[in-house]
Amino acid sequence: MGFSAADLGAIWLTLRLATVVTLLLLLIGTPIAWWLAHTRSWLKGPIGAVVALPLVLPPTVLGFYLLLVMGPNGPIGHFTQSMGVGLLPFTFWGLVVASVFYSMPFVVQPIQNAFESIGERPLEVAATLRASPWDRFFSVALPLSRPGFITAAILGFAHTVGEFGVVLMIGGNIPDKTRVVSVQIYDHVEALEYTEAHWLAGTMLIFSFVVLLALYTYNRKTKRA
Amino acid sequence: MRVSFVLAGSLLVLVGLPCAHAAEVNVAVAANFTAPMNVIAADFEKDTDHKAKLAFGSSGRFYAQIKNGAPFQLFLSADDETPAKLAHEGLAEPASQFTYAIGSLVLWSAKPGFVDAKGDVLKSGKFTKLAIANPKTAPYGRAAIETLTKLGLLAAVESKFVQGENIAQTYQFAHTGNADLGFVALSQVMKDGKVTEGSAWVVPAEMHQPIRQDVILLATGRGNAAAEALLKYLRTDKAKTVIRSFGYGF
Repeated sequence: MGFSAADLGAIWLTLRLATVVTLLLLLIGTPIAWWLAHTRSWLKGPIGAVVALPLVLPPTVLGFYLLLVMGPNGPIGHFTQSMGVGLLPFTFWGLVVASVFYSMPFVVQPIQNAFESIGERPLEVAATLRASPWDRFFSVALPLSRPGFITAAILGFAHTVGEFGVVLMIGGNIPDKTRVVSVQIYDHVEALEYTEAHWLAGTMLIFSFVVLLALYTYNRKTKRA
Repeated sequence: MRVSFVLAGSLLVLVGLPCAHAAEVNVAVAANFTAPMNVIAADFEKDTDHKAKLAFGSSGRFYAQIKNGAPFQLFLSADDETPAKLAHEGLAEPASQFTYAIGSLVLWSAKPGFVDAKGDVLKSGKFTKLAIANPKTAPYGRAAIETLTKLGLLAAVESKFVQGENIAQTYQFAHTGNADLGFVALSQVMKDGKVTEGSAWVVPAEMHQPIRQDVILLATGRGNAAAEALLKYLRTDKAKTVIRSFGYGF
């Protein structure tokens, strides 16, 4: 036994999806985290709550609304159609958009915590040394919050790999496009192919454990250092 | 005299009737049979005082759940193989199995006028997504593949497939317009003998193996009055009229 070609396709697709989503989230999430960490605006509460929503919402809620909003009668659907890229549901990029929403808190929150724990002081010191705002961000804030970024990247990646409900609702189970590992496992179980299901499910279990173990070990080391 | 008669009568109503007759049955129902079963169960509860609690889903999942001790007493499958398998494994009563409906497949679009009366839209290729139920687990998905194979179109349209986990999700993909075409169960788009929305081509029965939908009494339902009553009720003319009005045959 082992992995079939379809299983390998699902694994490859999942890794690709998680990589793209993690990179996008680091790009989008960093400014959001920075703003949340430094703003005194009344919007901090509402925006922070929106970012955290996927932590408490069932994936079905997100999947349901994404399907409607990205569908032919939804605002995003209208937009993507007028841009000539068609509809997002049942496409790889549809999953990317969904996963960015779904994994957002796992990336934004560790980075925000890291920014907040630096405090204003090192930035003020840098400012008195005539560092420009960009310089302060890249030479002071970023290196000091490295552990936060690493936690964010790992959690964002792992959480996207572990996504199921949203993909099931907007994916359409298309080989090499939207059939990710979690859906493939579900299919194996539904079709009573328990051996195949065990292979993939066991791999996922070990993968997730190793990832979290590495993360916790790393976090303990950086705290001691 | 009269007072005691009324008293006895109301006592009988209050205490006697619910205990003597009313039982409860948990029914696992194939997703395509959702609409007719809701009607039948409501009639059944009115006519018999029994209670029927319905759970809808894919037959493959119900099989796995029943095998692992799910508390269902009656199983209305979307095929005839799954009930037979359960009977073979001693989890259901073989003698109780019968075909409660024969399903019809329909090519459907939420857009009016999109599907023509002969299904030629499939040949035209003028659509972007075709929703089908997962052929590995759903009989309607298998029937869709057989139909496309017979039309010689499978290779041409395969790249446009989107798969629903069961026929309910397949219908939802087509209904929201995210897939402009879908092979769904006629029962999902038919009410009172008419296709009420969108446009449809009812696939001729000879295009695929008949979709025999069998019901079976599960081992856990032995001696359950409500389960046995509902099994019988499915054969009544009243139930059959409902079943037929949703586009099923016998």
